Amino acid sequence: MAINWDFIISVLPLYEKAAWLTLKLAFGGIVASLLIGLLCSIILYQRTKGLKWLVKAYIELSRNTPLLIQLFFLYYGLAKVGVKLSEQTCAVVGLAFLGGSYMAESFRGGIESVSKSQIELGLSIGLSKMQLMRYVILPQAFSVTIPSLGANCIFLLKETSIVGAIAIADLMHVTQDLIGMYYQTFEALLILVIAYLIMILPLSVLLTWLERKVRYAEFGN
Amino acid sequence: MVILNENKQALLEIQGLRKMYGSAAPVLDDINLSINKGEAVVVLGPSGCGKSTLLRCLNGLESVQGGDIKFSGKSLTGKDVSWQEIRQKIGMVFQSYDLFPHMTVMENIILGPVKVQKRQEKEVLEQAAQLLDRVGLLNKKDVYPRQLSGGQKQRIAIVRALCMNPEIMLFDEVTAALDPEMVREVLDVILGLAKQGMTMLIVTHEMGFAKAVADRIVFIDSGKICEVAKPDEFFTNPKTERAKQFLNIFQY
Amino acid sequence: MLSSGINVLAEGSNMERLLKGLLVTAQIAFVSIIISSFLGIAFGLVMTTKSKVIRLLSRFYLEAFRIIPILVWLFLVYFGITNMFDIHLEGEIVAILVFSLWGAAEMGDIVRGALESLPKHQQESGKALGLSLLQLYRFVLIPQAIRRMLPGAINLSTRMVKTTSLVVMIGVIDIVKVGQQIIEVSSLKVPTASFWIYGLIFVFYFIICYPLSAFSKKLETKWES
Repeated sequence: MAINWDFIISVLPLYEKAAWLTLKLAFGGIVASLLIGLLCSIILYQRTKGLKWLVKAYIELSRNTPLLIQLFFLYYGLAKVGVKLSEQTCAVVGLAFLGGSYMAESFRGGIESVSKSQIELGLSIGLSKMQLMRYVILPQAFSVTIPSLGANCIFLLKETSIVGAIAIADLMHVTQDLIGMYYQTFEALLILVIAYLIMILPLSVLLTWLERKVRYAEFGN
Repeated sequence: MVILNENKQALLEIQGLRKMYGSAAPVLDDINLSINKGEAVVVLGPSGCGKSTLLRCLNGLESVQGGDIKFSGKSLTGKDVSWQEIRQKIGMVFQSYDLFPHMTVMENIILGPVKVQKRQEKEVLEQAAQLLDRVGLLNKKDVYPRQLSGGQKQRIAIVRALCMNPEIMLFDEVTAALDPEMVREVLDVILGLAKQGMTMLIVTHEMGFAKAVADRIVFIDSGKICEVAKPDEFFTNPKTERAKQFLNIFQY
Repeated sequence: MLSSGINVLAEGSNMERLLKGLLVTAQIAFVSIIISSFLGIAFGLVMTTKSKVIRLLSRFYLEAFRIIPILVWLFLVYFGITNMFDIHLEGEIVAILVFSLWGAAEMGDIVRGALESLPKHQQESGKALGLSLLQLYRFVLIPQAIRRMLPGAINLSTRMVKTTSLVVMIGVIDIVKVGQQIIEVSSLKVPTASFWIYGLIFVFYFIICYPLSAFSKKLETKWES
């Protein structure tokens, strides 16, 4: 089976542009979801009265609905009731909405991994709740949270494959167009897979290394 | 039984203390106890009788459902109790010799005094060094907890609590989780503190130690104070049936 | 303006068609989950083998699904197989195929993790009591392994249900596609149709997934104590 190398070379710039767009959107989504997740876990930690339930509801809603529907709702649905967002804004908002709850769960997992006796210890020397967080919980939660956050980042990067559905010229969209227009299916799919491998494989390896390092630190403790 | 001491001002007064979880039977029922400055009171009793819970109530780690606790005359059971302030004056050492694993020994010790009491770091470092020296662990000041034995960690936990300059120390079965060889070194430290006049409330299973350190023995069973006596009397001539049964457990 | 839009849900056979679409989605999810459970358990047992080669190959298989997004896999199979072998596969078949393979890989890892996390001394005490290997598995190991597997398995099922939303991209007439069709038809009369239709689909997915994850959490807390 002959691979049409000329075709591949000619469309590489398109793919490159799409890959950068994907990375850009993923980055925006990741940063926003980290902030949302952090905010949510602080609210849950401080047990702020009304907000606590709001945060819990948000987390359940975003974890139990698919990103595709969230995007469609944001892009097509909201537009009809007067809130018109650009495709890229929708993508980032959708990713942030979905990712925020995953990040919040990561932070929560980290906070809960700090043993009760450590917390009682901190309290018994008179630390305030915020001081407890800063000096006792965060440093110890760190090692548990980081791998989890890393996994979420990779997850969000993969989820960007969905944003093509709302007319963003990302990798999936480009592939679909090319298949439709030129019927060079094999070549288009090949570059698609390679593009994702290039983006995600290094991160995955990094994450595995990170997890191993953290596990060593834990046992060292 | 109530022991009143009209001559000295009680540092800690526990009146009619009651603690329950939900609607179950009370874990602590009508506890009345006064502790004077300089006194070392040892609390003995079978497992599950509520002695650890009593200590934790004094420190605000457990809520109280009835009765009152007065510390230097101020009530600890009201709504506006600032536990942050109180805990600086009530030092507690736990059974799990937990130190903060991500800090060195010295950092562990100075955290409270510097960050909570806002004292000068230099002064705290000096005091910490002195205290470490007295327990024989000055050479470990820059070491991380994972490199220390249980007994060493527990002694440092005591130093950490002492560095806050508390008025009373609570010891919750601090040697229960230690290997037998290390129990002695920790108990010696506590004995030393008692001789220096530190007010303390100790929960322990070590009978020999209790006899040596206590000014008074308080025997608790099923959440109630059964018997209060001087150590000599308690160990040689217990007055209540329950106390007799309890002491028999330790005879073979 | 907004309130009049909700009528689109009640109009004509819209609701009926949406529910039919939901059925398609549910079928794909259900079949895939069943197949991946069986394949996954088998695969999981395979993964506990001592053979380095098999472990490496299994790892490779698992990572392939973890690194390449599922939508890409759907495309690969849907467009790629057609192109390479000149067969046209229905979107639904492709979906079930991809999901089952993905599910089997993930499930296998969950099973392997559960089996490997069982304390060794359980086996020893069991043997000391004189249990045969079969009895050991049946009364000691498997009940405990199931406890460790269930949260992960339910989590995987929830993820698979959510991912079925993607099948609209390979031409399956699922609830999303039906919704889009209704919107196209209604958008002149009811401009806010897309808000309500997508809103409804959003709610449907939530109604399906939330009980699963809540149940899983309940099991976890129940078994913790």
